[in-house]
Amino acid sequence: MLIKIKNSWELSENEVTAHSDYLSRREILKAAGYMGVGAASSLILPGIALADDGLMVKPNKYDGHEIRNELTDIRAVQGYNNFYEFGMEKDDPARNSHSLITEPWTVTVDGNCENPGKYAVEDLIDFNNLEERIYRMRCVEAWSMVIPWVGVSLSEVINKLKPTSNAKYIYFETLVDEEQMPGQRRGVIKWPYREGLRMDEAMHPLTIMAVGLYGKKLANQNGAPMRLVVPWKYGFKGVKSIVKISFVEREPNSSWMRLAPNEYGFYANVNPDVPHPRWSQATERRIGDFRRRDTLMFNGYGEQVAHLYDGMNLRRYY
Amino acid sequence: MIKDWRRVLIHILSFLPALWLFWQMSLWYRFLPHELSANPIEYITKFTGDWTIRFLLITLSISPLTKFTGWRLLKYRRAVGLYAFFYALLHFLNYMVLDYFFDWPLILEDIFKRPAITFGMVAFTLLIPLAITSFKFFIKKMAKSWHKLHQLIYIITVFAVIHNYMMVKADVLIPVIHAIILASLLCMRVYIKFNNRKASNKKQLA
Repeated sequence: MLIKIKNSWELSENEVTAHSDYLSRREILKAAGYMGVGAASSLILPGIALADDGLMVKPNKYDGHEIRNELTDIRAVQGYNNFYEFGMEKDDPARNSHSLITEPWTVTVDGNCENPGKYAVEDLIDFNNLEERIYRMRCVEAWSMVIPWVGVSLSEVINKLKPTSNAKYIYFETLVDEEQMPGQRRGVIKWPYREGLRMDEAMHPLTIMAVGLYGKKLANQNGAPMRLVVPWKYGFKGVKSIVKISFVEREPNSSWMRLAPNEYGFYANVNPDVPHPRWSQATERRIGDFRRRDTLMFNGYGEQVAHLYDGMNLRRYY
Repeated sequence: MIKDWRRVLIHILSFLPALWLFWQMSLWYRFLPHELSANPIEYITKFTGDWTIRFLLITLSISPLTKFTGWRLLKYRRAVGLYAFFYALLHFLNYMVLDYFFDWPLILEDIFKRPAITFGMVAFTLLIPLAITSFKFFIKKMAKSWHKLHQLIYIITVFAVIHNYMMVKADVLIPVIHAIILASLLCMRVYIKFNNRKASNKKQLA
């Protein structure tokens, strides 16, 4: 007999905002000059709307409205994840991440900057200036999603920390705690999970530090309380549940570079012409679609980011 | 009516994983809740691949099991081997049809440029003649050469496990377990052969 275990993404009745409440709340938000992100999510699941942990966002230039009608079902966004800290299978993070405690949360900042120290999430992220960014998310495993993130440009966080001219790269680490992250009991990856960006990539307006998606705070399996999103790079660059930010002089070694340097490079830009040694990157399957579609250069963000890599051999710097 | 209940049981058990898969696929097809994750084709790839290797390993374990326990299982080996082919065929069709939908340039690039796929494809290709010659007609007709041909199962299983190991992204635990089982099965065969030779040598001396 199969026992039906309730998935974490299945909302219980009391979590669902009544439709009338949702409408009136939207009016209030509109009056206040904010756009209700519930508008996007309500297209998919009317019940999501703005619940009590709903985040308010302001309009912005990079909102990605042109792919608004391609949004991936929130049940897939919160139920199909690579987050090895909670297990190797795609549904492990949704099942196992309840043990992660995200409040309080401390982020240690060090390296070449004027304001090193320990910060709470609210110190780094201005929750009154959140933006919704609808981005394509292309996993290196050749599947993709479209996700309405909520966050701020990483540049806004960086500006608060005031990096010095010696800061050439930014480096991130995920939490290490076997109690909270049971997947870390196995050394599949040498914990902590590490990632990094070149400073100009980090300062690019498309790069965000996300604290939510679909108008709500991030679920643990999506990298709560804050995670990186770099839409023109493969998904693994989006380091989750960040506890450390360092400003460094040398190119940092990311976790995947350590694990398989011939397969994963520092840049990891989405590029249909540079195959992974074991599979093609020319096509991808959008979650929810049956047929594959062509993968776009820089995941469709070439117009905005291609100049960052002028003169670079992208086959060599994959 | 049914002469050999054990054979019926083996068929039922061997077909169960496929039955479950087809059931889940029919739910998926009708947009009903299913267990194939948000990316069903990837799930089917893993599921059919894993069951192919399991059936290959079970096939190889039947003769040592017979030797060590005395159970008379050898007569079921052909059936179990055919299930290995059956799951490999599902794995292959899923790759060709559902995953790449006959995108020949990509498929050919995969086969010729990516050793991980090459190993899998060679293993599957070699399984085809074994499956075809599994009918009694061929066993009688081919006599000794039938046994020679079916020795290919060793190479096929080795290639399948290599393919499994190479396709995994980070966690090699399961492929390594497969490899350990395969290695011990091969060691048992060497041991048995060595013992037999010793026994026959002794006889000759006597």
